[in-house]
Amino acid sequence: METFSTAMTMAVGLLAGFDADLMEIIGLSLRVSLSAVLMAALIGLPLGAALALYRFPGRGLVMVGLDALMGLPPVVVGLVVYLVLSRSGPFGVMGLLFTPTAMIMAQTLLVIPIVAALTRQVVEDLWAEYSEQLRSLGAGPGRALPAMLWDARFTLTTAVLAGFGRASAEVGAVMIVGGNIDHVTRVMTTTIALETSKGDLALALALGLVLIALSLSVNGAAHALRRHAARGFA
Amino acid sequence: MKAANDLAEAGVQAADRADTILPLAVKDVAYVIDGKRLIDGIDLTFAAGPRTIVLGPNGAGKSLLLRLCHGLLQPSSGRVTWQGPSAGEARQRQAMVFQKPVLLRRSARANVDYALKLKKVAREDRRRITEDVLARTGLAAVAETPARLLSGGEQQKLALARAWALQPEMLFLDEPTAHLDPAATAAVEAIVGDMRAQGTRIVMTTHDLGQAQRMADEVAFLHKGRLMETTQADQFFDHPQSGEAAAFLRGELRW
Amino acid sequence: MIRLLGALLLALPLFATLPASADEKFITVASTTSTKNSGLFDHILPAFTKHSGIGVRVVAVGTGKAIRLARNGDADVLFVHHKPSEQKFVADGLGVARFDVMYNDFVIIGPKADPADVRGMNTARATLKKIAAARRPFASRGDDSGTNKKELSLWQAAGVDAKGASGSWYRETGSGMGATLNIASGMDAYALTDRATWLKFKNKGDLAILVEGDPLLFNQYGIILVSKTRHPHVKSALGQTFIDWVTGPKGQALIAAYKIKGKQAFFTNAAAGGS
Repeated sequence: METFSTAMTMAVGLLAGFDADLMEIIGLSLRVSLSAVLMAALIGLPLGAALALYRFPGRGLVMVGLDALMGLPPVVVGLVVYLVLSRSGPFGVMGLLFTPTAMIMAQTLLVIPIVAALTRQVVEDLWAEYSEQLRSLGAGPGRALPAMLWDARFTLTTAVLAGFGRASAEVGAVMIVGGNIDHVTRVMTTTIALETSKGDLALALALGLVLIALSLSVNGAAHALRRHAARGFA
Repeated sequence: MKAANDLAEAGVQAADRADTILPLAVKDVAYVIDGKRLIDGIDLTFAAGPRTIVLGPNGAGKSLLLRLCHGLLQPSSGRVTWQGPSAGEARQRQAMVFQKPVLLRRSARANVDYALKLKKVAREDRRRITEDVLARTGLAAVAETPARLLSGGEQQKLALARAWALQPEMLFLDEPTAHLDPAATAAVEAIVGDMRAQGTRIVMTTHDLGQAQRMADEVAFLHKGRLMETTQADQFFDHPQSGEAAAFLRGELRW
Repeated sequence: MIRLLGALLLALPLFATLPASADEKFITVASTTSTKNSGLFDHILPAFTKHSGIGVRVVAVGTGKAIRLARNGDADVLFVHHKPSEQKFVADGLGVARFDVMYNDFVIIGPKADPADVRGMNTARATLKKIAAARRPFASRGDDSGTNKKELSLWQAAGVDAKGASGSWYRETGSGMGATLNIASGMDAYALTDRATWLKFKNKGDLAILVEGDPLLFNQYGIILVSKTRHPHVKSALGQTFIDWVTGPKGQALIAAYKIKGKQAFFTNAAAGGS
């Protein structure tokens, strides 16, 4: 139990002291996860919306598959990306292994299913409400897609935040494709894993608390932004 | 002022245009789902001019008929045919207002603007037309208000404003005042009247007899998916041709 | 205003994908968790980078994984501690040459109460035999690492089929040294670990060193340059500079000077030629 209280004290100390190494690690964690979420949103939002609006053979299978991919194990994604980016792999020449870019790629893959699946559900419900009126105005699924995404923007923000949660919390993928290299690819989660493996449980827990605080900040900011923008629209 | 005249002129000339899509001919239309004939053997013509009220008890198929005419649904058999050289793009010359107004999560003005954008109207014209229809429907004061925050009556007026902005030749309305209080109902009926005055052909469903009497030039009476009769309004309310219509007017029709 | 802030927030992540400047020289070294956890790299690498201007990026995984990384060409230098595997690596044409760097030893740790009564025994073989006979929990890395391979060879020498008991008293964690020690600490188990990792480990719980000194517990580290033949992109020149430094007087002195809790952690033994 003293580990917990030690950890809390440490966490406060680390944050208040702006420990340089920690700031660097936090910075990289944010850069990697936020980039991944941004890219995943750019791909997943239209993908999910298209899946909701268009009918095609095999659509049911795709929907089930996408929902299932939300549970993709990070370590498996890491392994796949490693095999692709390895020098012995198809894209080895790009030399991307053990770089933040590889980490962003892996996390993007992890987050896309979440964003796409949630978007699909939201847009499907929305289209049920809107389709007659929009078709009357001359907007079929194709033309209505951007309007649907914009209309669902508040719910979709939550979906994107869910994606961020997934990305910032995972360690399996970034460990394999990043290598947890000091000052290069070390992020919060891999640092926690490292300190745990060194037996320094108090520090690992403290870092865990810092990570939670980080997540709270990001979600708090998003929530405030949403509240401000949503005055009356939701 | 110029904008108002534009709209008026556009409307009045609508039916006189050489490329008018009216009359709408509905020939032997049926609609079948899961083996059930929800609509059968409808023969109807909507010529330019009169306001048609489609009347009937709940479940008669009024909403269905409207959607078939507007093109939101395809008939299982029979034809829905518009006229003239522009028949192919008939959808763009029509508009429809639903029982529950469907508005996007944006301001009132933006909702009208969106409809015009879909028609690829230039920005300056969009602004002009939007201001005009909002003024005509009494919504100028709430133009910037999020549409979903408007009252039920205001929302329906907005739906009408949006339709009006499109300058349709034909306007379908599916029980537009079903959820509105008398004041809002009166406002909506007034707007519909204004649109009609500018040349838009009106086809409206209702189960409110008072409204039907106020607004109809002709009545199409539906019962259990079949068209019982199409009669001039004054004649319909005094001496309907069908027994079902008579029962309906007496308030006796079960559905 | 809010929109501007929002846009900025969104733009920030894009900077993450900017590629490293071309000026940055670095090599990738595949090494083991034991070496990493001992803290040796933190001690010697900054000096090397200062001296040569070459950055060293260490990817620390189990020996088996490290060798696979090197085989795939994902590392320039291999620095592990299982001589047979290292020699095979060179023999297979995957590495240029192998050099001794340093050694320390393994120790057998276990609960202070020592229910299997092995404290102070002379040989690892007899120790393991006794632990097996007593069926006391033993935490094995089970991850194809140098430490693991050493451990398995000791079981073989002791004539015990440890793997056969996997799941009962023999617990294979499939993890690195630190994680395995955490588990050993959590279940009061015996385990084999390298001394340096143990000295640095902060979650010893109720465990202590019980057996040490057996010559079989000798732990030799070797360094190999990955061959350019199969992987032309390997940074041979930079990698060789690192190897020369590590096996040369400066590197060796620094390694020998590394102390954990006041005790020397690694003993240098780089020779002139490869082996």
